[in-house]
Amino acid sequence: MSFVKMTASSAALIAATAGFATAQGRDNVQVAGSSTVLPYASIVAEAFGENFDFPTPVVESGGSSAGLARFCEGVGENTIDIANASRAMREGEVEACASNGVNEIIEVRVGYDGIVFASDISGESFAFTPADWYNALAAEIPEGGEMVSNPNTSWADVNADLPDQEILAFIPGTKHGTREVFEEKVLLAGCEETGAMQAMLDAGMDEDAAEAACIKTRTDGVSIDIDGDYTETLARIEANPNGIGVFGLSFYENNTDSLQVATMSGVEPSTETIASGEYPVSRPLYFYVKKAHLGVIPGLQEFVEFFVADEIAGPDGPLAAYGLVADPELAATQETVANGTTMDAM
Amino acid sequence: MTDIPQSGAFPADRPAPKGGSLLVTDARTKKRNRAERRFKAYGIAALGIGMLFLVALLWAILSNGLTAFTQSYVQLDVPLLEEKLDKDGDRDPAKIAKVSTFGYAPLIEQALTDLVERTGVETELAPKALTKILSSSAAAQLRDRVLANPELIGQTVSVELLASSRVDGYLKGRVSRASLARDKNLDAEHLDLIDAWRDAGLVEKRFNWDFITGADASDSRPEQAGIGVAMLGSLFMMLVVLILSLPIGVAASIYLEEFAPQNRLTDLIEVNISNLAAVPSIVFGILGLAVFIQFMHLPQSAPLVGGLVLTLMTLPTIIISTRASLKSVPPSIRNAALGVGASKMQAVTHHVLPLAMPGILTGTILGLAQALGETAPLLLIGMVGYIATNYPEGVAEGFLAPNSAMPAQIYEWAKRADPAFYERAWGGIIVLLVFLLAMNLIAVLLRRRFERRW
Repeated sequence: MSFVKMTASSAALIAATAGFATAQGRDNVQVAGSSTVLPYASIVAEAFGENFDFPTPVVESGGSSAGLARFCEGVGENTIDIANASRAMREGEVEACASNGVNEIIEVRVGYDGIVFASDISGESFAFTPADWYNALAAEIPEGGEMVSNPNTSWADVNADLPDQEILAFIPGTKHGTREVFEEKVLLAGCEETGAMQAMLDAGMDEDAAEAACIKTRTDGVSIDIDGDYTETLARIEANPNGIGVFGLSFYENNTDSLQVATMSGVEPSTETIASGEYPVSRPLYFYVKKAHLGVIPGLQEFVEFFVADEIAGPDGPLAAYGLVADPELAATQETVANGTTMDAM
Repeated sequence: MTDIPQSGAFPADRPAPKGGSLLVTDARTKKRNRAERRFKAYGIAALGIGMLFLVALLWAILSNGLTAFTQSYVQLDVPLLEEKLDKDGDRDPAKIAKVSTFGYAPLIEQALTDLVERTGVETELAPKALTKILSSSAAAQLRDRVLANPELIGQTVSVELLASSRVDGYLKGRVSRASLARDKNLDAEHLDLIDAWRDAGLVEKRFNWDFITGADASDSRPEQAGIGVAMLGSLFMMLVVLILSLPIGVAASIYLEEFAPQNRLTDLIEVNISNLAAVPSIVFGILGLAVFIQFMHLPQSAPLVGGLVLTLMTLPTIIISTRASLKSVPPSIRNAALGVGASKMQAVTHHVLPLAMPGILTGTILGLAQALGETAPLLLIGMVGYIATNYPEGVAEGFLAPNSAMPAQIYEWAKRADPAFYERAWGGIIVLLVFLLAMNLIAVLLRRRFERRW
């Protein structure tokens, strides 16, 4: 038994397979990014694998920011083709992409997703307004011309119409795109609604500082950032029935037996109310494609076109059935994809 | 024994011990005995708590996971209408393949409506709503069948289709009429149909082989998801680990144990190997990402990379156990071999190594078992997500095509929204545990069978 021989042969084997790997080329589409878009992307990938002769694309999660960071690592077979994001790409990310040679990016909006507030099914039911959330979660609120740290401990303190239940919120962590929407559409909106924004501006703060103060959340254990997925938020609520969590509409619709949803400004979230714009907290979902990979990675062009096809992303397609709010301007998106129009050309 | 001097152990003038008799235990002995009994009780209590946790764990796993091994199916007669599937009627496979799964949906709708009529159940559900009873994989199942046998077009075929996860949950007792009140995926009226069809033998629950052999499925159809492809991913990773870590580990151990001089350098190496064994596995994941993917440009999500990362993690374990078993071979064996004129290498390869082999193999198998259950490093090299979807075509692809691994698949399922995936996650744990138990059993048997005591 010669171990030297065995070692040498196995090293050779690995070297051979590694060489083979680089020579062979990738034949499957690789996608990564937002865990909110993941279910939709996986549904499309599965249907794509069933209907086309290409292998089923690989979809990884990890959050919008992580996905875009990987997307911007460069161009080539060793980088992902598509990044899913539950928010639009930031300018800094576009620059990071450009500095790594990722210049031509196609932005594809697949539809809209509602963000809902849900609590334990056996607990109290809630009817929120953005102002309630701002008053409950802001780190400091203006009072008599000065900023004081948030004194509210019960929802009844915030709004007499709400139940007298301790404030405990599970909100998405900063790596999630959902967090940005929550800040903008709930905290900032509430900040403006309550007049706190105006009070801060009157007190001599500039606009950026006031906005930053509006979306700064409490750090005294009342507002808890969840960096994991919605299942973690659900587990936290099951462990602490006083908690109120932030979920995607589709997640809530799959767990109606353990969660009840709160209305926002008097509107109950559903695909209809989100599509009509009545329910205020929704955001577009995107994916970004490297134009340089189109035509190089087999199946990429077909996959992207399939993703936005009427039978998939339309109002009667499987994505809408799972909870996506179909984009009324889907036809324009289809044209963007067909023409390969990049972001800077728009 | 009269010549023993009286002034020995028991001087005659010594006073008689207090308490006297050996037959009556004195207070101090009683105290010591009580302490011993308490000590034993602590041990038994500790053992009891451990057993309790084990039982609770096993109970949780089995009660949550066993249901994943059964699945509900619906027996359906589907008319494969020629005007829908092959308009020209020339059975050209290319044209038939053009009809996507969406083209098959109306046929299934029609079949369900017919079935409602045939079984005479009153329902107010629209034909489109009826399809919620079936998995969305039904159209794909049907399409695959037609593509394989184009001559079926024009006939009515009897197929067994997966029921949707809510229907399956109802038959398993997880979903009730009350819990469906606010659920838009299924209504209580569907359950009336299911009850009627179950009595007619058209809906049945049976053992789910597809869970063990199948591929992962998307978020909208948990009923179709299986762990088979992820199992293959684990298998290929373990092959890489075995092929690399056994020879490297054994060669390193033999050198360190039998040939290396005792000096500062070898001391340093030894300390570092022991330290490496305690390094958290996620560190190896980051290392793998940086070295294998970003520097060496190996493909992402590939079992080859996963195997390389796990090799790094397993090597210290194998080296430590191999060195221990080499050490346990008595020096007399080496000396005897050297004494009859064997070279050092002959002494090692002919005598020491065969005697140490059972220990080495046991250590290797336990190291592999540890690597098999490892998830953290796989998170970083892209093996978690909707990945384990294609069966690898051939060995090379098995190493290089994107795949997941069993623990990563379990983690992925536990994250998904539909509660049916949660059941699958527990089911996956059962499969993983079976593998781990089998490996541990082999290790124990090897040790029992071949180990020699000196």
